[in-house]
Amino acid sequence: MLVPKFCGIETEYGIISRGVEMSPVTASSLLITAYCGDASRIDWDFAMERPYADLRGFLVDDRLDPEIDHQMVNVVLTNGARYYVDHAHPEYSSPECRTAFDAVLYDLAGDEVLRRSMDAARNILRKQSAEIVVYKNNSDGKGNSYGCHENYLVSRSTPFSEIVRFMTTHFVTRQIFTGSGKIGVENSNSSDVSTYQISQRADFFEEEVGLETTLRRPIINTRDEPHADSLKYRRLHVIVGDANMSQVATLVKIGSTQLLLAMIESGAIPERLVVQEPLSAMRSVSFDLSLNKPIRLEDGTTETALTIQLALVDAARRWCASLDAKVVKEYRWDEVIAEWASLLDGLSRDTAEVADRIDWVAKKRLIDAYRDRHDVSEQDVRLKAIDLQYHDLRMDRCLAMRAGLKEIVLTDQVDLAVNNAPRDTRAFFRGEMLKRWPDHVVTANWDSLVLDLGEGPLVRVPMDEPGRGTNALIGGILDEAATPADVLRLIKERVEQEDRSTRG
Amino acid sequence: MSERARKFSDRGTSKESAAVVEAGESASAQVQRSDHDIESILDEIDDVLEANAEDFVRNYVQKGGE
Repeated sequence: MLVPKFCGIETEYGIISRGVEMSPVTASSLLITAYCGDASRIDWDFAMERPYADLRGFLVDDRLDPEIDHQMVNVVLTNGARYYVDHAHPEYSSPECRTAFDAVLYDLAGDEVLRRSMDAARNILRKQSAEIVVYKNNSDGKGNSYGCHENYLVSRSTPFSEIVRFMTTHFVTRQIFTGSGKIGVENSNSSDVSTYQISQRADFFEEEVGLETTLRRPIINTRDEPHADSLKYRRLHVIVGDANMSQVATLVKIGSTQLLLAMIESGAIPERLVVQEPLSAMRSVSFDLSLNKPIRLEDGTTETALTIQLALVDAARRWCASLDAKVVKEYRWDEVIAEWASLLDGLSRDTAEVADRIDWVAKKRLIDAYRDRHDVSEQDVRLKAIDLQYHDLRMDRCLAMRAGLKEIVLTDQVDLAVNNAPRDTRAFFRGEMLKRWPDHVVTANWDSLVLDLGEGPLVRVPMDEPGRGTNALIGGILDEAATPADVLRLIKERVEQEDRSTRG
Repeated sequence: MSERARKFSDRGTSKESAAVVEAGESASAQVQRSDHDIESILDEIDDVLEANAEDFVRNYVQKGGE
């Protein structure tokens, strides 16, 4: 069964403080409270969080402590996102989105939130001439990694083993366009400081399937926490990806993954494409800048990451041709496929063709050109500085912004998305309630809101369906209501009316 | 929109659509154009790259996350 492919991106940003001694936890907290000011009093609700439930069907009992410290800053934004301190990083979890294009938009809105936070924190620290700086990358070059996770809604009825088989193939091979590139190798077997590789993250994966995210990271993460009706849905929590500076890379990363999950649910994925040794393939793809290393499949044949991706985009094109055109348009899958195919065609001919859309290619071009101009060695520390500064989110320092990357989202749209939720998912209800009645929203979560109606007990409003709470469904009610109590009353009346008409 | 955000948007290229390969321009022309562009990009990198690259790289230490 094809379920709506709601998706979202969570990004942990690298953080440093300059001109002042501060722990990364303190710096992250300062950043978020500086941005939110007073809104930081609206808390995140942990009651429904189950980070240790496993998609394979069990709960890891010995680790029931929530991974997130309750004392840490943790807020909900009016665009439906969650902005908080996770471990020692500021993290922005985007609102639920319906299309990959919206996922790009709300990812960029997150970057803008961090940029505004840096400005607000700089203002607070002005007497010390200090500042806090954030980086949208995934590794410090010293063996420490932090994630950019993706989430996709999938059907509970799809066998999880199918998702494992086919998504592993995608995750191993999609690196050729999702990789953000880095200088160096970060695992116990090597301390190479000059090798350039495609992915920031490939060094850190040691298992094929598992629940961990911080050590012995698995290619397929099994966290079973759907944040929605758990009888109908799973949430695939993807931890292998790199954070992208390129908008097109983010688009194709999300769009291709969304498409392939829908194809698995519909039984339309090419059966043959199952990688035999995914962990070693993951590393070899990351180091294969020429894109021609063979990958062995379970059926004994070999392909390359590129030929596997070409076969996947081809299958996706054929599958979309068999669908109702309205569904394809709704998810903008035709546009995703065009971008995906164009990246692969460029990679097939000459990587220089995609230097405006793929981060690892764009970054390598800067590093190579800099090395040639200044005639420095491969080991020169300035090359590693370019690698890191590519991800600096400050406008006046960011090298990615100077690399000639194509833009597919307007700056004005990003400004709107910083404060306004997507209109076609439940994030709309969350965001609008916060915007209209901030004093009445006690806590929020992905799948519920707790409201203080001014009298009587607090009311928890469940939001189990990510496709409800949209502007189309409740926009009129929100406009008509003068108070949150009105909202609940009008929703109840609507439901009763619908019940009567379906019975009658 | 902040002043810096506006500056960023002025820098951008095609923003109106996702059709990212300009019509009528061959792949080799694009590569040539980018060879020309890279010189001005390098000038900018020289301006904005961390003055003390050694300290910057050494001090960029993160705690693991996720």
